[in-house]
Amino acid sequence: MSVKHGLLALLQRGPMYGYQLRAAFEESTGGTWPLNIGQVYTTLSRLERDELVRALPENEAGQRPYQITKAGRADLAAWFATPVSRSDRPRDELAIKLALALTTPGIDVRTVVQNQRAATMRTLQEYTRLKAGIDRAADLAWLLVVDSMLFQAEAEIRWLDHCEASLVRYAPPPVTIVATADESEEVRA
Amino acid sequence: MSVLDVRDVHRVHGRGETAVHALRGVTLTVSSGELVAVMGPSGSGKSTLLNLAGGLDRPTQGEVVVDGTVLARCSRRALAALRRRRIGYVFQDLNLLASLTAAENVALPLELDGVGVRRARRIAESALSEVDLDGIGPRFPDELSGGQQQRVAIARALVGDRRLVLADEPTGALDSHTGEAVLRLLRSKVDSGAAGVLVTHEARHAAWADRVVFLRDGLIVDTAGPVDQPEELLTTPGGGR
Repeated sequence: MSVKHGLLALLQRGPMYGYQLRAAFEESTGGTWPLNIGQVYTTLSRLERDELVRALPENEAGQRPYQITKAGRADLAAWFATPVSRSDRPRDELAIKLALALTTPGIDVRTVVQNQRAATMRTLQEYTRLKAGIDRAADLAWLLVVDSMLFQAEAEIRWLDHCEASLVRYAPPPVTIVATADESEEVRA
Repeated sequence: MSVLDVRDVHRVHGRGETAVHALRGVTLTVSSGELVAVMGPSGSGKSTLLNLAGGLDRPTQGEVVVDGTVLARCSRRALAALRRRRIGYVFQDLNLLASLTAAENVALPLELDGVGVRRARRIAESALSEVDLDGIGPRFPDELSGGQQQRVAIARALVGDRRLVLADEPTGALDSHTGEAVLRLLRSKVDSGAAGVLVTHEARHAAWADRVVFLRDGLIVDTAGPVDQPEELLTTPGGGR
């Protein structure tokens, strides 16, 4: 997701100035995505250049509110209508780590799986604690953000369970260290 | 204060070459106010451990102590009384008696324990109200939804002065909201001073526990507890890594 669409969504509620946008952005993501004010103004000026927002006259306190334009509303509607593509997300470091662990000599994959599962479980416990403290009716948006993190962590644990079961079922042979040419010579010497 | 002490427990089913080692030396302590989740693949020994903790099975070797009582030293009658008074069970198959109403199901363990019928009913009605089932006392299990039946089973498990609550996949096939309600109830019973053990294969459910132990091939291979700095999880989207 881009900050751009986050700001457009907030401006859809009505005109806001920079600091208001930052506060509203952080509030709607429960503080999971901190934004600095510089990012807000850089994004606003790009949006203005692309005619997706327009700057309104400064108010008495010297703050300049921004308003979403017709083109901005169309852009926002298109964003909501488009599913998020999984291929746009960064590569999954954990999947790559496990794939490498399978083929790296001297690495016990089951231990890697178990360590990760215990760590992800702790994360899941904390999210659950966080969720238990949320007023479900009053703060539904935040609740859904926490649920999303919960479900992702849960999915990772399920995948790790699956990895462990596959390791038991297919029991790959241990990878031995192949001596390099230099080391072979050392051995012969 | 520890309510459940499982000390170096082994459980072997069968003998000789066909013997199955369900547990191979498990030690686990659960204190008052603590909920421990047990996770592990099928056949790792989770349910065996729960049955031993609840006095429904005896270890081949090792000792199980509940609320200061060594189960192996109990007479059959004393063990039955301990199970009735001190231990609450929530199992996936709810074991509600179809011929008894919801309130009668909840009151049954109290009545078996000598509590007068009227008093037992009163306690049962208030237990049902605690699980948000006000007014359904006179209904029979087959007149209730799956979620309501599960909550009746929970009310029955939590009624009276239960020191230890044992739950085996208590959310069964319930939808995520109803399943969560069941876990909230379990959590609040534990927060009010009971000790709890929850066997589950759902990580999201295990996360309600204070501690999660992982069983594999009859052994505890790892334990996960809360992190020291939970707020650190929230500094990046997705958190954790």
